[in-house]
Amino acid sequence: MSEEKHHISSYKSHAFVLLALLVLTAASVAVTSLEMGPFNTAVAMIIAGCKAAIVLIWFMHLKFDNKLYAIFTTLVLVIFLLVLYVTFFDYSYR
Amino acid sequence: MADMEKHAEHSAHVHRDDEGDKLGMWLFIFTELLLFGMLFLMYAVYRYKNPEAFLLGGKELDVFMGTLNTVILLISSATVAMSISAIQKGNKKLALILLGITLLIAVVFLVNKYFEWGAKIDYGFYPGSALLHELGHGTTLFFGLYYVMSGIHALHILIGIGLFIYVAMQIRKDKIHSTDYIWLENTGLYWHLVDLIWIFLFPLFYLIH
Repeated sequence: MSEEKHHISSYKSHAFVLLALLVLTAASVAVTSLEMGPFNTAVAMIIAGCKAAIVLIWFMHLKFDNKLYAIFTTLVLVIFLLVLYVTFFDYSYR
Repeated sequence: MADMEKHAEHSAHVHRDDEGDKLGMWLFIFTELLLFGMLFLMYAVYRYKNPEAFLLGGKELDVFMGTLNTVILLISSATVAMSISAIQKGNKKLALILLGITLLIAVVFLVNKYFEWGAKIDYGFYPGSALLHELGHGTTLFFGLYYVMSGIHALHILIGIGLFIYVAMQIRKDKIHSTDYIWLENTGLYWHLVDLIWIFLFPLFYLIH
């Protein structure tokens, strides 16, 4: 059996990640009450994007695992954004 | 001689490929991301076409309930991650406790969802209701997406509960331990995916401004 060295995250690092996620959630709820017009949604999506990145990198271990997973995940994100772009390109000019 | 015995003992072992198992889990996660991605795409287009209706619809949703579920789901993501650390360190008891907390939170999430949906349905917001018919196309689309997207998400929570029960039983039986924990690791990955989707559902439905 090949004994690979696995990265074991400490409880403390998990607690830190959780704290960061909770702070971002509070920020997300707080900015909802500000009047920023269309930027409200943009800010909400940027915060959600940061939270998603934190979950992917630390909780889902992309930082420590085979880089293949990180590359694939980025590709999936790019495909999604491309589809979103093409769809809105279509809808905006109807 | 001792080496040969060791070798014979080894080949009697069940074949294991943890890296392959994990890759399989990630491929499944990618299909899930695209499934929800397309639902988010539908949401984006319908919101673009009906901005006022989505704004009014969003105001009908309970921000407190949404925030509460966000917070507890984030905590459960941390506890399942900690439970993996615990099993890696050989602390079976702590791993089971943390997994138990995760399971409990998953159940609480669904109970909250039950009350939340119940309140909405009592108020008259349900697919095909007279109220939605009266409010028009945009609001109907908003609540249609709300029920479908949070419904599919809730289904994933339900599947997660099943996985947690199975994994906890395997840990109890020492089938999952400090050198063989890919089942727990993949269950954790699945649970983080469920969290990941909720991270986007929450602002897009509850925090529309």
